[in-house]
Amino acid sequence: MSDKNLVTGPESFPEPRIDDGALTQVASTKASRRQFIKGVIASGAVASSAAVFLTACEPGEQAAAPASAGGVERLLTLNVNGQMRRVDVLPNETLAMTLRYKLNLTGTKLGCDRGECGACTVLLDDVAHYSCSTLTHAAKNMAITTVEGLESESGELHPVQQAMIDELGPQCGFCTPGQIMSAVALLTANPNPTRDEARLAMSGNLCRCGAYDNYLNSVMRAAEMA
Amino acid sequence: MSKDMMPGFELYQPDSVDGAVDLLGRYGGEAWALAGGNDSLDWFKDRVKRPQYVVDLSGLDELRGIREMDDGGIEIGAMTSLTEIESSALIQERYSVLADATRRVASPQIRNASTIGGNVCQDTRCWYYRYGVDCYRAGGNECYADTPEGQNREHCLWGADRCIAVSPSDTAPALVALDARMVVRNADGDREIAAEEFFIGPDIDIERMTVLEPGDVLTAIRIPADWAGARFYFEKVADRNTWDFPLVNIAAAMFVEGDTVQSIRIVAGAVQCIPRRLTAVEQAVTGQPKNEATAAVAGQTAVRGATPFNFNHFKIPLLQNLVTRAIRDA
Repeated sequence: MSDKNLVTGPESFPEPRIDDGALTQVASTKASRRQFIKGVIASGAVASSAAVFLTACEPGEQAAAPASAGGVERLLTLNVNGQMRRVDVLPNETLAMTLRYKLNLTGTKLGCDRGECGACTVLLDDVAHYSCSTLTHAAKNMAITTVEGLESESGELHPVQQAMIDELGPQCGFCTPGQIMSAVALLTANPNPTRDEARLAMSGNLCRCGAYDNYLNSVMRAAEMA
Repeated sequence: MSKDMMPGFELYQPDSVDGAVDLLGRYGGEAWALAGGNDSLDWFKDRVKRPQYVVDLSGLDELRGIREMDDGGIEIGAMTSLTEIESSALIQERYSVLADATRRVASPQIRNASTIGGNVCQDTRCWYYRYGVDCYRAGGNECYADTPEGQNREHCLWGADRCIAVSPSDTAPALVALDARMVVRNADGDREIAAEEFFIGPDIDIERMTVLEPGDVLTAIRIPADWAGARFYFEKVADRNTWDFPLVNIAAAMFVEGDTVQSIRIVAGAVQCIPRRLTAVEQAVTGQPKNEATAAVAGQTAVRGATPFNFNHFKIPLLQNLVTRAIRDA
């Protein structure tokens, strides 16, 4: 992995096959047992089935084969906050990983890493998405906006950000970047939402402090300000 | 906080459906078709499913969009996002039951990324299976949910066959109620399958939820004109309004003349491994006046033969009430 041009954390990405090799073996064996028996029954040839079985236990070998039609290039140019950023992206890398650990845009938070909390919400072509559940390669042709990209060039806060301050929206603040991105997506699509529409649009973002009403107040104020 | 990555795989982003079919056919069981990714990436992160080749369908514009067909029905590309479906004027006008069902899926961000094809093809939520234990569905010889202490509150009322998991989809019951057709492509060409036959239970194949086999791609869903503009009903009950999967959901389409039910299709989700078409209810209410008494009979008819497990008895009155309301309020 050539990370010369990249802003990375103290550690580069672990190669996942190394750290869980033992688990791989167990999982492959279990998953293959029924297929293996089916194969033996179907072909009547134990030797050839066993060869397939053994090959299937070595994902590394097959995965290293050269990419054929449709295979992805690792070096991508991503449109992030209006800048074109060159970055080396693994096939199995989520957008949250790329943003936080390769592009140093740590405003985007990782909460659950399962699409169940909303802390990682970013905009793809102005639409809110969970960046933990998006492959970076699937977002390569879209305009990516993170919380860092909201303020104007002169450093003025986005109306949603300002409203969050004015209405004391956040409590601990961890979910705030995600809440802000959902609010920005809402106001882009619907500049004058009702409180119920705002509640629905913000429903994909959890707040463990329970500051939901403060967040809603902020969204409604931002709609008035904009 | 340590966040590790999902295991490595080869990623393909073909530029045509035929290219995707070719890749999925070539790699067979080692390949995984990726749509919106919300279900798929969880499987990969948990290391329960470990495909070597992932074929990302998100770049295939030919799989997106909602089109009117010549016969008056509509065709929805399999990669059309749930947000696009719930906000489509065409679907709201003709098949509002599908828009209503789609609006109740997960959360706004998930609906923005998720696709109708992915939603109907998603795997079951049984947490034992999700956890990666060697249950029947995972290739083993045991069901951990069907034991005296098994946590089976979310599990089935019908169709148990070693596995007792249920269909988790909100859109699938609506599609079965609308008598939708699933268009599937593989190396041999296109074929069309009735939504009702698209979903399969453990008695047919315990390791998959749909008829799709390695190398198959669901390319579109066609909704015939038959039920356009009918009276519809959709309701979902879940532990929480956002994110959660249904405890039970109900989708109905009916035509009423005067006060008589002329025809009806009614389908319940999360009570069986497949969306359960309530044919006994359909027979009981067809030709009957659409009133409280018929609705009550329909509710009682719906739950006949239900076989609950230790923790899911509550689903019986829940389903009964949902069916009663569907007949009364559609």
